Amino acid sequence: MGSITLKNVRKAFGDVEVIPGVDLNIEDGEFVVFVGPSGCGKSTLLRLIAGLEDVTSGSIQIDGKDVTDAGPAKRGLAMVFQSYALYPHMSVRKNIAFPLKMAKMPEAEQEKRVAHAAKILNLDSYLERKPGQLSGGQRQRVAIGRAIVREPAAFLFDEPLSNLDAALRVNMRVEISELHNNLKTTMIYVTHDQVEAMTMADKIVVLRAGNVEQVGSPMELYSRPANKFVAGFIGSPNMNFIEGEGAAKHGAHTIGIRPEHWQLSTTEGAFPGTVGVAEHLGSDTFLHIQLDDGTPIIARAEGERDIHHGDKIFLTPQEGRIYKFSQNGLAA
Amino acid sequence: MATRQTQSLARLMRAPAIILLLIWMIVPLGMTLYYSFLNYNLLNPASTSWAGFFNYKYFYTDPAFWESIWNTLVLVLGVLLITVIGGILIAMLIDKPIFGQGIVRILVISPFFVMPPVAALIWKNMIMHPSYGVFADIAKFFGMSPVDWFAQYPLFSIIVIVAWQWLPFATLILLTSLQSLDGEQMEAAEMDGAPALSRFFYLTLPHMSRAITVVILIQTIFLLGVYAEILVTTNGGPGNASTNLTYLIYRAARLNFDIGGAAAGGIIAVVLANIVAIFLMRAVGKNLD
Amino acid sequence: MARAVSTQTKIGWTIAAWIVALLIFFPILYTVITSFKTENEAISGFNMIPSFTLDSYREVQSQYNYFRPFMNSVVIAVGSTVLALLVAVPAAWAMAFSPTKHTKDILMWMLSTKMMPAVAVLVPIYLIFLRTGLMDTRIGLVIVLMLMNLPIVVWMLYTYFREIPGEILEAARMDGATLQQEIVHVLTPMAVPGIASTLLLNVILAWNESFWTIQLTTTNAAPLSAFIASFSSPQGLFWAKLSAASVMAIAPILIMGWFSQKQLVRGLTFGAVK
Repeated sequence: MGSITLKNVRKAFGDVEVIPGVDLNIEDGEFVVFVGPSGCGKSTLLRLIAGLEDVTSGSIQIDGKDVTDAGPAKRGLAMVFQSYALYPHMSVRKNIAFPLKMAKMPEAEQEKRVAHAAKILNLDSYLERKPGQLSGGQRQRVAIGRAIVREPAAFLFDEPLSNLDAALRVNMRVEISELHNNLKTTMIYVTHDQVEAMTMADKIVVLRAGNVEQVGSPMELYSRPANKFVAGFIGSPNMNFIEGEGAAKHGAHTIGIRPEHWQLSTTEGAFPGTVGVAEHLGSDTFLHIQLDDGTPIIARAEGERDIHHGDKIFLTPQEGRIYKFSQNGLAA
Repeated sequence: MATRQTQSLARLMRAPAIILLLIWMIVPLGMTLYYSFLNYNLLNPASTSWAGFFNYKYFYTDPAFWESIWNTLVLVLGVLLITVIGGILIAMLIDKPIFGQGIVRILVISPFFVMPPVAALIWKNMIMHPSYGVFADIAKFFGMSPVDWFAQYPLFSIIVIVAWQWLPFATLILLTSLQSLDGEQMEAAEMDGAPALSRFFYLTLPHMSRAITVVILIQTIFLLGVYAEILVTTNGGPGNASTNLTYLIYRAARLNFDIGGAAAGGIIAVVLANIVAIFLMRAVGKNLD
Repeated sequence: MARAVSTQTKIGWTIAAWIVALLIFFPILYTVITSFKTENEAISGFNMIPSFTLDSYREVQSQYNYFRPFMNSVVIAVGSTVLALLVAVPAAWAMAFSPTKHTKDILMWMLSTKMMPAVAVLVPIYLIFLRTGLMDTRIGLVIVLMLMNLPIVVWMLYTYFREIPGEILEAARMDGATLQQEIVHVLTPMAVPGIASTLLLNVILAWNESFWTIQLTTTNAAPLSAFIASFSSPQGLFWAKLSAASVMAIAPILIMGWFSQKQLVRGLTFGAVK
């Protein structure tokens, strides 16, 4: 139905190698998120799968069938673009029906599917409007509707939420997750936002400079990052890294401790430091601390804590929550 | 960013336009260059011979040539001065909150759409005619004797006509630029205590500088080729007083049938235009990325 | 800059702006008025109120067969524009949607051909026309004006096409549209407004062209610009008739121009000012 296999896929634009060679297996029905900093090649990888770019070498299979040289229309995939890419001269109804019209589906069936999609996405009352008259969130839904009606082998999302405001982004995140639960269709989702990746994915693919750094479930990446890059990228706020003497004590070149894995004390502990800014959020308190050797650290304390700017503080990593890395950045 | 099939199709789609323009550029220019080295007169085509640089030398030593270069410069600079300064002032005036802005815009832009021969005729007969023109009527009303504009101030008269034609263009482009000026920036400057004149020189003018550059360069290209206005009004005279380079070349080619001489003049015109073109291309090129 | 301004200030600026606008427009207005005067009225001093006679219009048509240059103008302006569009649409399209490393160079080069002064190639074009029998033919002028305006047309279309987001074309491709369907259902509807304004501006430019039209025609193919230029010498003192002919020559284009002011800025500055 929707399994996708990449075998040694390479992509170069002229002399610039964007993707040096990627092997990846995506199971049918999985929600896979490609995540990484901007310029890491995640969008290019998605576009290669979509068929919007030619691979330089390697092969792509969908459901065991080689589609490496097939055009985008032949692959049976649907894509939701960052800019939504709605057809400005067509009504919402026509936008959603467009892929069906291209497939020469009977009118009655087209109408049925559009109505169904509109109901799922709460677009019933907007069907006759033009995209220009819709809000960002509504446009997003139309773009998703246009993808749904085709009943594709897989959905491809290219940073679909990056143009929405923060509140709407959370809503749409939940909606897309729910959509996946209902449709159980393979989804590949590209984002630079690790929160989106963590909350939505069955499987996360972390990319850097075109290379796959690690593939795994969100919790695998959180608790067993393969290297310093993944460790630093997954989790919010970012993991703290300590080098030198403090790391040597644990037999590593660098140790990483997540902000939520510190024990705080005002009297004694492994790392003494001074509190800088304290952000009191009610549910949590985030402390920006400078260790006595100068290393900046962020620590999260649950609930409201009576700690303020300038206070002396001692930090101790929780047992078993110390990530150790060798000199080349790999997990030790 | 596209696939291989679209690339080759794109090449096919570009080809006709490129090939046509290539021919349009190379063939006539090549012929002009070739003729410029010939003694070739249409009245006596049998005695055509190789001339070397004679045509260029002839042009170079002809006082009419230098006069025409001077007239070309005065015409271009005069029109630029009037249109750019006038354009800035009028653009700022139209940009103010006024009633009927749309109609004012339409009235101001209109002269641009008047074809050159008609513009020249209107001014020559209706406005600047020594006995029946509006200017003459005004002069008579004040008890002064009317001026015979085209006899006494031929080049100036042509500058007035051409400036009238191009003032709308400058105004419209400068107005477009003015309207993209950030209102908050202006208000910030007002909060900072900058008086109106300083705001104009430190904010408005720098903001419009790009548009002003474009106006100057594009107008120059067209102004170097002013022709019909001269043909209809003064015929380049009296003497050569209102003959520009374009008109001089036209006269050599069409009235004296001197193909070689006209071709040499044409090559000089190309060199002149290229100097301007280089600057224009830079200004426009920046906008491509 | 939505700022409250006192009505007094607004009235002050309004009066100033209208005075300037009317001064600039005056020569055109006075020509229109004169065209409705009798020949006697026309030369008997300043007078803004004509006797509203249509004689001049009638005489221009009957004496000079005005309809012929008018139709020549239409054929030449529209013909050269349509021909230029036929060549330029695919080219601009390819450059906007499948740009290569050289697209920018090609565009700049096209622009540079526009900078070539017409008079520089007067001699060869004139001789070619004499020898090929193109002299004083509509088709000859159509070809020359088409080539002359081709760079502007390509440029204008290019700037319009570039505003069509590439993602929309990709979306159509993902939605299963073939190239042909992509062009018919998505690109054309989105490109039509840009093509229309390019057409409009180019018709205006071609209509008003007055160098080649004067050089390359005598009577048969002479469009209005050449006709009016020749009209000037013997008819210098028949001002009402001259005005009527002028009004008919500029009216259609003036009206088109009013509708295309916005596109004008963009087309004539090669997208450098928007």
